[in-house]
Amino acid sequence: MKFTRRDVIRTTAGAAAGALGSRLVGSTAFAQEGLTYKPEDGAKLRLLRWSPFVQGDEDQWLKNTKRFTEATGVEVRVDKESWEDIRPKAAVAANVGSGPDLMLVWFDDPHQYPDKLLDVTELGDYLGKKYGGWHDGPKQYATREGKFLGLPLATIGNAIVYRESWVKEAGFSEFPKDTAGFLELCKALKAKGHPAGFTHGHGVGDGNNYAHWLLWSHGGQMVDEKGKVTINSPETLKAIQYAQELYKTFIPGTESWLDVNNNRAFLAGEVSVIANGISAYNTAKVNKDNDPKLAEIAKDIRTTNLPIGPVGKSVELFQVTTAVIFNYTPYPNAAKAYLQFMFENPQMSDWITSSAGYCCQTLKAFDNNPVWKADPNNAAYAKASATLRPNGYAGPLGYASAATMADYVLVDMFAKAVTGQATPQEAMEEAEKRANRYYRV
Amino acid sequence: MAVPSVAVQQGPSMLSRLAESRNALSLGFMLPAAALLLVFLTYPLGLGIWLGFTDTRIGRPGIFIGAENYEYLWSDSVFWLSVFNTLLYTVSASILKFVLGLWLALILNEKLPFKSFFRAVVLLPWVVPTVLSAIAFWWIYDSQFSILSWALQQMGLIDHRINFLGDPTNARASVIAANVWRGIPFVAITLLAGLQTIPQSLYEAATLDGASRWQLFRHVTLPLLTPIIAITMTFSVLFTFTDFQLIYVLTRGGPVNATHLMATLSFQRGIAGGQLGEGAAIAVAMIPFLLAAILFSYFGLQRRRWQQGGGD
Repeated sequence: MKFTRRDVIRTTAGAAAGALGSRLVGSTAFAQEGLTYKPEDGAKLRLLRWSPFVQGDEDQWLKNTKRFTEATGVEVRVDKESWEDIRPKAAVAANVGSGPDLMLVWFDDPHQYPDKLLDVTELGDYLGKKYGGWHDGPKQYATREGKFLGLPLATIGNAIVYRESWVKEAGFSEFPKDTAGFLELCKALKAKGHPAGFTHGHGVGDGNNYAHWLLWSHGGQMVDEKGKVTINSPETLKAIQYAQELYKTFIPGTESWLDVNNNRAFLAGEVSVIANGISAYNTAKVNKDNDPKLAEIAKDIRTTNLPIGPVGKSVELFQVTTAVIFNYTPYPNAAKAYLQFMFENPQMSDWITSSAGYCCQTLKAFDNNPVWKADPNNAAYAKASATLRPNGYAGPLGYASAATMADYVLVDMFAKAVTGQATPQEAMEEAEKRANRYYRV
Repeated sequence: MAVPSVAVQQGPSMLSRLAESRNALSLGFMLPAAALLLVFLTYPLGLGIWLGFTDTRIGRPGIFIGAENYEYLWSDSVFWLSVFNTLLYTVSASILKFVLGLWLALILNEKLPFKSFFRAVVLLPWVVPTVLSAIAFWWIYDSQFSILSWALQQMGLIDHRINFLGDPTNARASVIAANVWRGIPFVAITLLAGLQTIPQSLYEAATLDGASRWQLFRHVTLPLLTPIIAITMTFSVLFTFTDFQLIYVLTRGGPVNATHLMATLSFQRGIAGGQLGEGAAIAVAMIPFLLAAILFSYFGLQRRRWQQGGGD
């Protein structure tokens, strides 16, 4: 569904009218078409979100929140934590039954404590219907048995970020689109003294993204549709063998890399190719005026999607964040109203634009946000929500998929094999054994 | 009929009797501390032990499954690797902290110029929040930007960067070194306090008897310092065994779980992975080791001969 100018005017006018109306008559509800939540008297909300990687994201989120407060009179306190610390905080809040009313959580989190989250199916259906439907991948993270446990907020895309001049120097006029060509490029780059670098350490985002791409691009999978562990397979073996060859072209030390190491090494000119969110490029772009070296790098950076493997199509994990409301909140209507407000067109459009390519829309109506064409490097991240594959593919999301990822089963399998601590077969068998412990449920 | 009035002799009130009772007062004064211990120590410990026997997950109460978690852990290579890492980490770091801390304490006990200044400086690693010092070490050990690698390269001693946190052996040595740096001040300052309680007259008498510096240390300093050493090292071992922050910031247990301690694995499985029961079981598995350290110190302290520097 395309989002027309008429829709924009109508929705914006609705929000504006709501804001104006609330001021005039003192009502705490704001006007929206089709679905209206009236916040409870005296409602105050607290939201915990992740620290921004692109400053515009947080700035716009806070601006949108301010708009909501102006429209409804409901105060919203927004706290932030490092993104990796959100999961433990959310787990504690769910278990204890106390904490922020809303949280922006990651990956399978909503499936770990579905009973502790407010059912927002009505709101999810309303937004889906109004904005052209949800992209399937993010929706899976936020729904269980047909019910919305939260609202899929955004996908943080992951793409190849590379130095164009070095790739050309290595003899490649364009970036290879398949895994075989990619390996050849990395070999050539290494020979020219510009190695690649992909995280083999316990990096929650980058480590898992890279490991899942390796596995899926070769046709391997952790489990089948029924949740039976199938990691020990010829496809996985091929993925590991490929990873071993690729690893030889890396800068030393990638097995110790956490989530920020690849950005740092890339921006310091130590590596030529990494896989990352738009934040790596954005850092160079934003700081180019103050740092001539970064200006040079920013000019040379290009992005593209990760190469396609023998499986024949683009298959990647990406990070998905979902906005959830805990059912202990004393203000469920206010919380729903807040999420509705943040997802409605004026706010969501502004937020996606300000996120500068970091946050990919989950509602199809926002696919044509101008941000994806504002900079050629943003394009590689534009379809992240449309192409992602959920964690634990091809099985269901839940306790087992979350625990398997949290325990770095896949990341360790590749790391163990590429560093020579185990043969590919041994690494695969150990991963199978570890995964079986979680998928026994 | 008139009711005869009975003269009732009023004794001291219950409250005043309680106020004068030594037993009641003792109990009253102890109650707040006991309540705190119960709420913040006994209850969490009991809950942890109980959770270890259940299949509790985040957001979902579990059911009693007996020793199933422990059976799984028994066959889990990553768990046993974490036990090995924890013991290696604790033993190596504790020995190094003791040797270096004692050496530092002895130096600081001498008559030095600017003694107070040096004592304050020695405390710095202990004062800095663990996470901050861990981040500093993260940079020091970075595979691309390590100042150590850079300095050694500049001196011509190495021709390539050291893979501090990527190689399992290097990673283990690196996290132990970071822990030692952080823990030395605690040992040094505590032992220094013990050294200052030793009467000078003992040294003077021994010197008059012709004792050498080594004999002074062996037969005067060490015996009188032994109780303090026992307490200090007990705490040091407990802190090291339960360390979490350094590992979490530096490696998250990597590479390939080579630096996972029992505490970090317990967190990873219990909180990040949502398997509260299993995480609790790992934490409970730490108790026997911790208990052994405490009992060793406790019984050691009871031994008069040991206190006096004698052997068993």
